Amino acid sequence: MTALLYVSGALLACLALGWLGRRIAQTTTGNAPRYRDMPLAVAFGYAFSALLLGLGVWFYFQPTATEAGIPRASVMFFRWAVQGFVIFALAAFVFRLAGRHVGPAGSRKMFRNMPLTAAFGILMILIYAVVAIFAGQIAPHGQAEVFNAVNVLPGGNPATGGNPEFPLGTDQIGRDLLSRLIYGAQNTVGIAFITTLLAFFIGGSLGFLAATLQGWLDQLLSRGVDVLMAIPSLIFALLLMTIASAWAGSEKWLLTVYMVIIIAVIDSTRVFRLARAVGLNIVVMDYIEAAKLRGEGLRYLIFDEILPNALAPLLAEFGLRFCFVFLTIASLSFLGVGIQPPLADWGTMVRDLAQFINFAAFSPLTATLPLLAAGAIALLTVAVNFVVDWMLHKSSGLKE
Amino acid sequence: MSRLLTINDLVLEGRSDESWSRIVNGVSLTLDKGEVLGLIGESGAGKSTVGLAAMGFTRDGVRIAGGSVEFDGIDLVNASANTKRNLLGKRIAYVAQSAAASFNPAHRLIDQHTEGPVVHGVMGRGESAEDGIELYRRLRLPNPEEIGFRYPHQVSGGQLQRAMTAMAMSCRPDLIIFDEPTTALDVTTQIEVLAAIRKIVEDFDTAAIYITHDLAVVAQMADRIKVLLKGDEVEEATTREMLDHPQEDYTKSLWAVREFQHAEKPLAPKGAVPVISVRNVTAGYGKIDVLQDVSFDIHEARTVAVVGESGSGKSTTARCITGLLPPRQGQILLDGEALPPDYRKRSKMQLRQVQMIYQMADTALNPRKTIAQIIGRPVQFYLGLRGKEKRRRVNELLEHIELDPAQFAGRLPGELSGGQKQRVGIARALAAEPKFIICDEVTSALDQLVAEGILRLLARLQDELQLSYMFITHDLATVRSIADEVVVMKDGVVVEQGPKTEMFTPPHHAYTDLLLSSVPEMDPDWLDKLLAERGVDNIGDAAVDKM
Amino acid sequence: MTCHVPGVLKIVLQRLALGLVTLFVVSIVIFVAVNALPGDFAQVILGQGATPEAVAAIRRDLALDEPLVTRYVGWLGAILTGDLGTSFAQLNFQSSLGGGEMKTVASQIAPRFANTIFLAGVTAAIAVPVAVALGVLAALYRGSVFDRFTNIFTLSSVSSPEFFLAYMLILFLAVLNPMLPSLSNIYDGMAFSERLRATMLPALTLTLIVLAQMMRMTRAAIINLLASPYIEMARLKGISPMRVIVRHALPNALAPIINVIALNLAYLITGVVVVEVVFVYPGIGQLFVDAVKIRDIPVVQACCLIFAAAYILLNLTADILSILSNPRLRHPK
Repeated sequence: MTALLYVSGALLACLALGWLGRRIAQTTTGNAPRYRDMPLAVAFGYAFSALLLGLGVWFYFQPTATEAGIPRASVMFFRWAVQGFVIFALAAFVFRLAGRHVGPAGSRKMFRNMPLTAAFGILMILIYAVVAIFAGQIAPHGQAEVFNAVNVLPGGNPATGGNPEFPLGTDQIGRDLLSRLIYGAQNTVGIAFITTLLAFFIGGSLGFLAATLQGWLDQLLSRGVDVLMAIPSLIFALLLMTIASAWAGSEKWLLTVYMVIIIAVIDSTRVFRLARAVGLNIVVMDYIEAAKLRGEGLRYLIFDEILPNALAPLLAEFGLRFCFVFLTIASLSFLGVGIQPPLADWGTMVRDLAQFINFAAFSPLTATLPLLAAGAIALLTVAVNFVVDWMLHKSSGLKE
Repeated sequence: MSRLLTINDLVLEGRSDESWSRIVNGVSLTLDKGEVLGLIGESGAGKSTVGLAAMGFTRDGVRIAGGSVEFDGIDLVNASANTKRNLLGKRIAYVAQSAAASFNPAHRLIDQHTEGPVVHGVMGRGESAEDGIELYRRLRLPNPEEIGFRYPHQVSGGQLQRAMTAMAMSCRPDLIIFDEPTTALDVTTQIEVLAAIRKIVEDFDTAAIYITHDLAVVAQMADRIKVLLKGDEVEEATTREMLDHPQEDYTKSLWAVREFQHAEKPLAPKGAVPVISVRNVTAGYGKIDVLQDVSFDIHEARTVAVVGESGSGKSTTARCITGLLPPRQGQILLDGEALPPDYRKRSKMQLRQVQMIYQMADTALNPRKTIAQIIGRPVQFYLGLRGKEKRRRVNELLEHIELDPAQFAGRLPGELSGGQKQRVGIARALAAEPKFIICDEVTSALDQLVAEGILRLLARLQDELQLSYMFITHDLATVRSIADEVVVMKDGVVVEQGPKTEMFTPPHHAYTDLLLSSVPEMDPDWLDKLLAERGVDNIGDAAVDKM
Repeated sequence: MTCHVPGVLKIVLQRLALGLVTLFVVSIVIFVAVNALPGDFAQVILGQGATPEAVAAIRRDLALDEPLVTRYVGWLGAILTGDLGTSFAQLNFQSSLGGGEMKTVASQIAPRFANTIFLAGVTAAIAVPVAVALGVLAALYRGSVFDRFTNIFTLSSVSSPEFFLAYMLILFLAVLNPMLPSLSNIYDGMAFSERLRATMLPALTLTLIVLAQMMRMTRAAIINLLASPYIEMARLKGISPMRVIVRHALPNALAPIINVIALNLAYLITGVVVVEVVFVYPGIGQLFVDAVKIRDIPVVQACCLIFAAAYILLNLTADILSILSNPRLRHPK
């Protein structure tokens, strides 16, 4: 109750501050149009953000431990978050700066008009790609290697239960968590990538075929896709995984293959829709009519006339689809029916490490373990989304 | 007369990506009370932007970078949002190009009509509604008492445009900005909207800025004309002076376009086999017949213009000839031999003979292919030329259409201007070495000067290569300049056909007459004469309906 | 008033019929998928250690000796009368121990279904007003700092996995600042306020997920609308910004916003599965995942059908509501 009072009091104060600030600005600038026509809501917004910023700064400089020596985890997490944000922003800024001055003219031009979020996205995707491809070289240990040191705490400091050989500690059966995190990039990202490619191959080719030929084939495929899309994809995936697990029996690797196929098929319905819609938009163009009237065959129409024009929207869709597939696989793994051990993957790691989150109050570092794996997933999807958002914005901006 | 609006050295900038670039470089104009100023220019001249700036309004991504706009002593550039709001709608009103998009689909016409007067406190709701009905009557809308109770999508385009003029008039403003109000309409509809607009502006002695790209239209409407070109002023004069003695080269060139005339050709000899013969074609989509019993011939090296308003079946005829829409009855003959109705059944040789040039060059060229690839494909496909020979032929074709091969062969369509793209479309058709080309509104999306260039090119190619053209168009000026024969269509039926000279001299069929007389001419008195001749009730839709 | 109800009614009825047909075909897909299990169905389901009695019971229960079509008709008929069958887990349990009362799938699902609806309801109650308000604000002040900031925030939130957000919330609202329980302990006869408190964390997680998507879509719909010529016309008539929004934008924005809300509530259905597992929330999603793990086919089938039905229903609602709010369809020519 008191909290509510404080909050409403603060909001009222912001409102008053906003009104006052606008008034002052109006008088000092001689009623410049910028302040004259400013709505009160906007002034309030400025005051409110100033308050939040102030609170953030104040909180950042709180001591990290109480006088009794107990760590104040909230402050530590807040500091990590702010530091992480600043480091990422700086990295993206430097990356964009480098992109503007190094490389071919085309990419330099691209970097010139790029927002920071997109630069961040591209940088992250590059880092993930490198880690995924060279996981074997980067990781200090094997992903399934079991050591004689169980439940080593992270931090690498023997005084707090760590071990310098395992900077992030080990799990219940003694596997190095850092190595598993790195291999996770290879497995989770790699499998998601293959699945998306497969989905695009199936959905894309059928979609273009339907758009070009139309008629009964289009009707058949479209109605089929309608039905498949009427079942929520994660639910459908879980249903089919139940059956696949019976087929796979004790062959765990086979289940992973089935998962790839199942998700690819489910996701190809979405790709089909898009490819068909994009294809239909192109098919009505006069240059397609001209090619048809010239007597061109189906192969030429699809590969030479339609496909080159569909690439841009398809590429953006590829990014979005990849995120979706990646999240579905992570969710399945998190639920225990996705990528199977001994392959290391992030979804399973989150599930296995989840209980450590309850240690946050006395050992903040340990509590970050499940968040690290979950964050690794989130970071990549956020990065891809930033890039896709920029691409879509760019292509829509060109039309104006 | 007292001064109403003064625009001085107005500079407008538009945002592209993150930087601002100029779209209007210092335009000045003045307007007295009750005066009508015509603002004319091609697309991209900045005339709409200037028109909106005269209201103190800029669209998103546009800003006033310099100069002043003064309306009746009020500085609109620096006025507060409140001050401007009190003027807009009440003293300065706006009539947009597309009435269908500019009326809110969720409200009835009369409710949108009364909104301005009520908000500005000029009249009460009831009073304003009655006034609205009166205005509808003056604007000669059918059923003035009831039409206001309809939703915008229930009313036709020409009527909506008049309803919007009535709405602009609802507060009896001092100034109305008309932004291309008849561009989207057919000629017969255009004329009644023009008559209505002019009447109401005269009745209430309202000042107006009339923005358009059509010289003949502006000649009817304006007291004075100002010509803009790419954001710059070209010249300004009273309407008569401008028409009779244009000063600047650019203005003169605009007038000259109308004078192009392709040399008349002798009639085809009796008994000659026509290149294309449309015989009793009936065709349609679904259950509806769009074409009924259409027949006409096109002879070698001659141009047949097919004219009619939207929905008359001109394009459907083209689709029947190309084989995209197999006719239900009737035949298409090529050199006296029947073509298979479906293009998929036609031989490569038959397909080659019939080529097509499209209205929108933007959608007619694949944006991902270079010009050389676009023109090269039919060369390779039909003639089997490859490598060096193909390149040589492509260059030859580019020279034919007056584009420098070295400069253009490697470019993408996006890097070309509208006229250049249309030329590439012509080259692609020529590459097949056809006998017959269908030109579907090929000049209607182009500015006048560019359009004239295209017409000259097509005429030259016809003389050189003995090509036959079928020219689909709604623009009679184009017909006058290039056609040998004319086919007039209405509602899927051929109303009248014959040699051009015959068609353009009376007596005509009633519909041809209506169509011909509805095309505005470059004579400021044309509309008055026409109205005097026919009477107000005998123009536009009303006249069409009577037939 | 020229409101031609029959025309609209016809379209709405058509959509309803289409929805029913889709549901029917979906039931076939689910049935066929399950029947694609390999080898001896009963044996596979129960594993090698199954008692012969259990295997026999399942064969009997599913009428495995009959042809596929007969079995489908029987299954569908039973579902229509509310009989979703008997859980295999129950069967196995009962046959190995003998005796004991059998719980049907329907009786297992019913209370959990109510719980899930409650969770979704709380989520919608928080997410919908906040999302629409924020979306409209972002659209009105597009390009501003506020808009850019919310864009980054919502984009991040949309693309994060559910469990990441869930654990973040647990960390901050349950572990570091113990305000809410991290496990949702729901039981019969709970007071409403208690129940709301226990549901709060999963509801907040789901809110974060759908809020972002809903807000982005609302923003896009409003921006699209504000670019219409009739909005410019209204502004050129000298109408105040507030009135432009309320009178000119809102009536036309209703259809797209309703569409956005319904689509996102449909999206909740997928989100609910993972979130319920994280918080051990006794809803239908958790039941479904448990059934998937032990391959309890009747439960999996039933849950799947319920999820699909809800999904189709929400999409159908979106469709119908946007038809009803379209003036062009309400007032035909």
